Amino acid sequence: MIRDLKRSLFVLFLLLCAAMILATIKGTVNIPVADLFLKENQPILNMRLLRILAAILTGGGLAVAGIALQAILRNPLAEPYLLGTSSGAGLAAVIAVILGISRLYMPLAAFLGAVASILIVYNLSRENEKICDKSLILSGVIISVAFSSIIVFLVSLFGNEAMHEMNWWLWGSLQVYDYKLVLLVAIPVLLGIFVIYLFAQDLNAISMGEEEAIHLGIDTQNIKKLLILISALITASLISICGIIGFVGLIVPHMMRSIVGPNHKILIPTTCLAAAIFMLGCDLISRTFFGPLEIPIGVITAIIGAPVFIILLKRKKKAT
Amino acid sequence: MSILLKIENLAGGYYKEEVIKDVSLDVVSGDFMGIIGPNGSGKTTLLRLTTRILKPSSGKVYFRNQDILAMELKEFCRKVAFVSQDIATDFSFTVMEITLMGRIPHLKRLQFETKKDIEIAEEALRLTDTLRLKNRHINELSAGERQRVTIAQALAQEPELLLLDEPTSHLDIGHQIQVMDLLKRLNHDKNLTIAMILHDLNLAGAYCNRIALLDKGRIFKEGHVEEVLTYQNIEAVYKTVVLVNTNRATGKPNVMLVPGEK
Repeated sequence: MIRDLKRSLFVLFLLLCAAMILATIKGTVNIPVADLFLKENQPILNMRLLRILAAILTGGGLAVAGIALQAILRNPLAEPYLLGTSSGAGLAAVIAVILGISRLYMPLAAFLGAVASILIVYNLSRENEKICDKSLILSGVIISVAFSSIIVFLVSLFGNEAMHEMNWWLWGSLQVYDYKLVLLVAIPVLLGIFVIYLFAQDLNAISMGEEEAIHLGIDTQNIKKLLILISALITASLISICGIIGFVGLIVPHMMRSIVGPNHKILIPTTCLAAAIFMLGCDLISRTFFGPLEIPIGVITAIIGAPVFIILLKRKKKAT
Repeated sequence: MSILLKIENLAGGYYKEEVIKDVSLDVVSGDFMGIIGPNGSGKTTLLRLTTRILKPSSGKVYFRNQDILAMELKEFCRKVAFVSQDIATDFSFTVMEITLMGRIPHLKRLQFETKKDIEIAEEALRLTDTLRLKNRHINELSAGERQRVTIAQALAQEPELLLLDEPTSHLDIGHQIQVMDLLKRLNHDKNLTIAMILHDLNLAGAYCNRIALLDKGRIFKEGHVEEVLTYQNIEAVYKTVVLVNTNRATGKPNVMLVPGEK
């Protein structure tokens, strides 16, 4: 089993390197490879490298957060934004724009909004010190709808030029200008992925059922709470710099499950790399296909993701 | 004969509702114990209280004189394994992966299964006659095969005590006998102590050496098969008229139903 894992990781790592090289040399502006390392092109190179880092972080982070939630909710169709993070972050960002808060603080506002919505959803689904799966999904949906309608309400009242800037945000963008911000987000995301991997074995048992996991010696309730909060932290951190990028946390784990199987010890590391490659690919499409126009990355992931998702869903229905 | 599991004045159940009112019961090493009783008598709740799914409101459960709530959960699961009625999952684990999960109580965090763990899992599959299904996905199996795989998972835990909640309820008579024979063999050859909930009184009569008859959260009668499976006991608890005679093949009591209307 370890040998299989090593082999898959090796192949995926090579693919990731190839994708990184491609993402470095291709871009909106066509610059010959040799010229890319000239001093005058330094800003372009830096920007591309920063984008690569952002793509790897969002891909890996969203996919692993998705895996954790799918196992905990025993539902392969769960996704990281299920906990209301996206609408919470959106609402906070809209309020920040209306209040005229500097753009500099937008990521912070979005992060706080995401955290606030998670805390609301989490507390709504708590019954007698236990987290009830069905209530978690339901409260996530209800909070999302409620917050989204407040966003629309506020936009129709105060709609102005500034709001148009919100658009990138609703469909995601990997264009990050501040490398410090990316590094700041990298810490919780990488740490979160690592902690989730520490619980790979527990996730295997929990995906068989809560009581089954207890019968295998897993402290299910506490691990569930910890991993829900960690997945939420990863999602909130990423949303604060890249906005909402749908489907990655859903389809990449799905695809990888059909290739390497549902064993989390193998699934988590391989999916993490595969999702990073997927994001680099989608980003490349988003900025080169219609260059110099840039298509929001969330549009690309959705255009690729939706059909794949439907196919998977149909296949699953046939199987059961 | 040493007492493996000691249940002492146990009470407990769910939010606002105490299903088990007062149960004291000893499971002796080497036992093949049947737990019977009508729907709602508290059989499943009793097992949930003894496997740490539910916390008792009063009373204690001891495993080899040790309060089970004071044991580390993984330590407890290395001694006591549980088999449920059925497993259902949306994730297509293979039979081998499911069986290897039985090794989780023996593994450290992030530790991959060793050769020894794989051997133990294969042995468990061999004992349950499912080794040939090793690489099949769990959701492609028939109910009978799936049930034997859940037993294999529990055996991979290498427990001293195996608790089962109606393992035969989804099976036809052929598979019922197959599973019960397997358990009898494990009980006999591997000295595995077994306590199981059974709905079928005749299966309980044919295989168990002791039976506990539960009624309204209390033990109504506990003892040898012949002492418990009498028409007086059964009619009192199940509120149904039955005839009890002797099964000529086993020499054990055989319960026959008498329809209310003819």
